[in-house]
Amino acid sequence: MRPFQYQRASDASAAVQALGAAAGNNSPLTQATAQPLAGGTTLIDLMKLDVMRPAAIVDINPLAQGWSAIEPGSDGLRLGALARMSDVAAHDEIQRFYPVIANSLKLAASAQLRNMATLGGNVMQRTRCSYFRDVSHDNCNKRHPGSGCAAMEGVNRMHAVLGTSDQCIATYPGDFAQALIALDATVEITGRSGIRSMPFADLHKAPGNSPDIETTLQPGELISAFAVPGRWPRSVYLKARDRQSYEFALSSAAIALDVQDGVIRDARVALGGVATVPWRAHDAEALLKGQKFNDDMAERAADAAFAGAVGRRHNSFKIALGKRVVARALQQAAMMEI
Amino acid sequence: MTAAAPEPKANMGQPVPRYDAVSKVTGRATYASDMPLANPAYAFLVTSAIAKGRVDSFDVDDARRVRGVIDIVTHENAPKLKESKLFSNGGYAGTTIQPLKSADIAHDGQIIAVVVAESYEAAREAANRVKVGYTAATPSATFDSPGTTTAAAKGQNAMFKEDPKVGDFAKAFQDAEVQLTAAYETPTQHHNPMELFSTSCVWMGDNLVIYEPSQYLYGLKNGVAEQLGIDADKVRVVNPYVGGGFGSRGSMTPRTAIIAGIARRLNRPVKLVPTRDQGFTIATYRAETRHEIRLGASRDGKLVALRHDGAEVSSRPDAYCVGGTKTTTRLYACPNVDSLVSIVRADRNTPGFMRSPPEVPYLFALESAMDELAVKLNMDPVELRRINDTTTEPIGGKPYTSRSLMACFDEAAKAFGWSQRSPAPKSMSDGDWLIGYGCAATCYPTQMAPSAARVRLQRDGRTRVEIAGHEIGTGAYTVIAQTAAERLGVPLEKVSVFMGDTELPPAPVAGGSNSTASTCSAVMMVCDQVRQRLFKAVMPADSLTDRAKETVGMGQTPTAQAARSDRPLDIEKAFDALGVGVVEEYGEWKPDGAPLDSFKAMHSGHARLVGGAAMKDRIAYAFGAEFVEVRVNRFTHEIRSPRLVGAFAAGRIMNPRTARSQLMGGLIWGMSSALLEVTEIDERYARYVNDNLADYLVPVNADVPDVEVILLSEQDDLINPAGAKGLGELANVGTNAAICNAIYHATGQRIRKLPVRLENIEV
Ligand SMILES: Cc1cc2nc3c(=O)[nH]c(=O)nc-3n(C[C@H](O)[C@H](O)[C@H](O)COP(=O)(O)OP(=O)(O)OC[C@H]3O[C@@H](n4cnc5c(N)ncnc54)[C@H](O)[C@@H]3O)c2cc1C
Ligand code: SF4
Repeated sequence: MRPFQYQRASDASAAVQALGAAAGNNSPLTQATAQPLAGGTTLIDLMKLDVMRPAAIVDINPLAQGWSAIEPGSDGLRLGALARMSDVAAHDEIQRFYPVIANSLKLAASAQLRNMATLGGNVMQRTRCSYFRDVSHDNCNKRHPGSGCAAMEGVNRMHAVLGTSDQCIATYPGDFAQALIALDATVEITGRSGIRSMPFADLHKAPGNSPDIETTLQPGELISAFAVPGRWPRSVYLKARDRQSYEFALSSAAIALDVQDGVIRDARVALGGVATVPWRAHDAEALLKGQKFNDDMAERAADAAFAGAVGRRHNSFKIALGKRVVARALQQAAMMEI
Repeated sequence: MTAAAPEPKANMGQPVPRYDAVSKVTGRATYASDMPLANPAYAFLVTSAIAKGRVDSFDVDDARRVRGVIDIVTHENAPKLKESKLFSNGGYAGTTIQPLKSADIAHDGQIIAVVVAESYEAAREAANRVKVGYTAATPSATFDSPGTTTAAAKGQNAMFKEDPKVGDFAKAFQDAEVQLTAAYETPTQHHNPMELFSTSCVWMGDNLVIYEPSQYLYGLKNGVAEQLGIDADKVRVVNPYVGGGFGSRGSMTPRTAIIAGIARRLNRPVKLVPTRDQGFTIATYRAETRHEIRLGASRDGKLVALRHDGAEVSSRPDAYCVGGTKTTTRLYACPNVDSLVSIVRADRNTPGFMRSPPEVPYLFALESAMDELAVKLNMDPVELRRINDTTTEPIGGKPYTSRSLMACFDEAAKAFGWSQRSPAPKSMSDGDWLIGYGCAATCYPTQMAPSAARVRLQRDGRTRVEIAGHEIGTGAYTVIAQTAAERLGVPLEKVSVFMGDTELPPAPVAGGSNSTASTCSAVMMVCDQVRQRLFKAVMPADSLTDRAKETVGMGQTPTAQAARSDRPLDIEKAFDALGVGVVEEYGEWKPDGAPLDSFKAMHSGHARLVGGAAMKDRIAYAFGAEFVEVRVNRFTHEIRSPRLVGAFAAGRIMNPRTARSQLMGGLIWGMSSALLEVTEIDERYARYVNDNLADYLVPVNADVPDVEVILLSEQDDLINPAGAKGLGELANVGTNAAICNAIYHATGQRIRKLPVRLENIEV
């Protein structure tokens, strides 16, 4: 950890001003000299590990009053970026109308972390790749573009099989983002020139040739809210992991179905623990739409979801595992009584 | 879940709450890095990013510019230290790899520089800014890595004296009606005690005080003195509480003398709190092991041949090994036994003790193989153990002092509901989950070592017990207080226990589960000395018959009965007769069979452990039986173990509450060692990858919803005056095998390599 300046933002515009002013030098957001601080459970961690070395942090917690909404409505849901994971997970209507959201949060991290962590910080959390988090490894393209990737031929059991590039195979580790991407959420961004919205699916960027660029957010921009259209009572989040709690997914599936008269009107499938970014499995969805649900179809959809997957020395199992998780999650969603 | 304070059965003490419970849960207990220091400087370690090669250059300009930096110590300017021998060669050290001696690097994460600054933050920042240039060579990481060397343990490790064998294994195996050959593997694991490997060194003139979590205060004191080239009388180690040790603090690590040397040079207290990941490489660990077991049996289940070959990884210079064949060759009746332990040298830090060092890996192999044999014989695995149960060990034909193995199996089986198991694999399930039941035996040698104690009794009954013992979380303060209260006949509340300071009488290493037996035996003896003085005062000299002498404990080894059959002593009357207000006694106790130099060695920090399989005319072990339920998810293949039941017999149970707590923690650890714990090694670099508590998985509460501990009543008068067998390392043994045996039952799949993870399941 290195010395840094600590500022408390008095309001949103002061926050984005402070973040934008410090940014200046055109570096990607992850390298920006000023970083927003929400729950701090990712940021402070990475600063202690010397992975992130911001010169200034801007504490956005004072914006909580305006940015912590949990507002389920009849035609959709609005969630403030500073809402705490635990509050959203415990909310009655979220549990009823958006079980996939409630469970993606409830099954994440630990009770203490969920009490601290915010939704905005959650979707912005960074990979758990051990080589990324240990600066004594020189070769990590995400930390030092062009330095190579230690994980590619190293210990890569936790790494991604989808959305990888020859530069980086780091998994996007979070859970909640899968629920958001599955439900066609939009993200509201507050910047120096005001507020803009975009599909949540456009927030994260696959590593490609620049794994250091993880999102489309620019320095000086903050996520202020998420919006989810519609209600999805028939939805599940299934997470397979090494221990029963407090552990990242080896494979997870966020599933939402709209079934009427036995026919799948709409299907949403997103994958966690297996991809470099929150991953929407459009091909799987296409197979399901307009069909009557059966187990065979669930398996075909699962196969489609992993069609382009590439395994490596320790993580090839994730392809078979991921398919079983998707198929099982689809069955669970289809069987839900609502 | 059983009650926290089980009702005492015969030959058990009271389940009194921990002496230090309140101070621990309120944060008042002072751990090493809590000790207030006057104007300390803070040290932060720089460790190597390569496992083999040398440091070519340090660029410290950037680091030196950090405000508050006092010094950056590297091999070029480090205090000169004397070499220390490995503990197994008569020294104190857990490794002979001495950092900062030269530019050479022998393993990943070796200390290569120490930054000293006015604050922890400045030291850390500067350490982050030190740039190191290396010449790296290709390291050998582990088994099968090119460049490793393999040789028999016997002859290179002084503590590994024999490869046990008896009869004619080869012939008996060849002729056996049923044969089994199977290979097993256990992984690298790290202790990860909560408390980090901190150390603080304070000089007062020529005298050094060390605050450091230690499982062997006298060893550390003498070892650091030796490295610094000063008289051991000038070194004091203070450590009233240890935040977990599990073996990692049993032998001296190089950091202490380095920090002491720096503090001496600066003439200022220096405090080091290393990081969690540094703990993986600046201390010891459990090395990975490989095993081949061969069992030959008759159709009716009698073992006729047993062979256990084990191989273990160690560092280049040090032949550390755990050599668990001394236990596995003696556990069951078998006339023809053979064994061999080998050591594989790689470019790694030196491994060391980790909770039940030999038994955890070696019994995994044997107890898995016994289950495989039971399957081959189409026999209940409990019955296979019964058929091969024995009261004498087969290698030397020595009798077990007591052995309640089958009683443990029967009690645990009943509590678990073993009879409800349908034996066929894959025959039990519940919704998405396949269910398997499995069991295994556990055992742990009963060990003792010489110990001293001082006891001071006041007229009003207030008692002070002093002993440089170690509170590693086991409840040592509590059971020592209980022992003194009972022996002196004073109320428990009146007893104060002082431990964790080398100013106090020496106690042995808190290792090998010998502490309770050794320290309590010493305390009992010294309490008897106190009573004896009081008795003499109230009894006319000529009435002091031989019998009275015996009952007041004048013998060198007072027996447990002597205390109980005593008539009560009117303490106040005795004090009045003596005409003093305080009686204080010091004494040194040693177990039967302890070598002649025991007491001298005790003061110079060498624990002479006796017991287990190494005794002349008998063999002493604690036993237990463990049953587990495993659930394997049909879809995700996730493996969970929602129910663990263990029954244990360990001689006198000094305190059923603290005993249960040890055994419960052991069962959880045992499950963890089967399903979760592994230190991942990047073989290209011989580096530990998951060196933090987010990636090195240990169980959380949700993993262990139901753990049941059953304490069996057992009396053994042949082990030590306290009648206690060590149980701190009993319950985490065999659990790993029980889990794999249950996985076999759930899935029909035999898994012989740990840890078992969902990708290993093919259902
Ligand atoms: C041991 C451990 C286990 C965990 N397990 C899981 C798990 O199983 N599943 C899971 O999903 N997560 C898990 N997490 C991650 C945890 O959920 C995240 O750390 C947390 O959600 C981050 O939220 P925060 O508010 O603390 O973010 P912070 O640490 O404050 O911020 C994270 C990042 O986002 C930026 N940021 C914060 N708020 C905003 C905003 N409004 N707009 C733009 N940028 C912002 C920060 O600058 C920083 O770079 C785990 C974490 C730990 C430490
Ligand atoms: S996978 Fe990505 S984050 Fe991990 S080492 Fe490779 S480049 Fe770095």
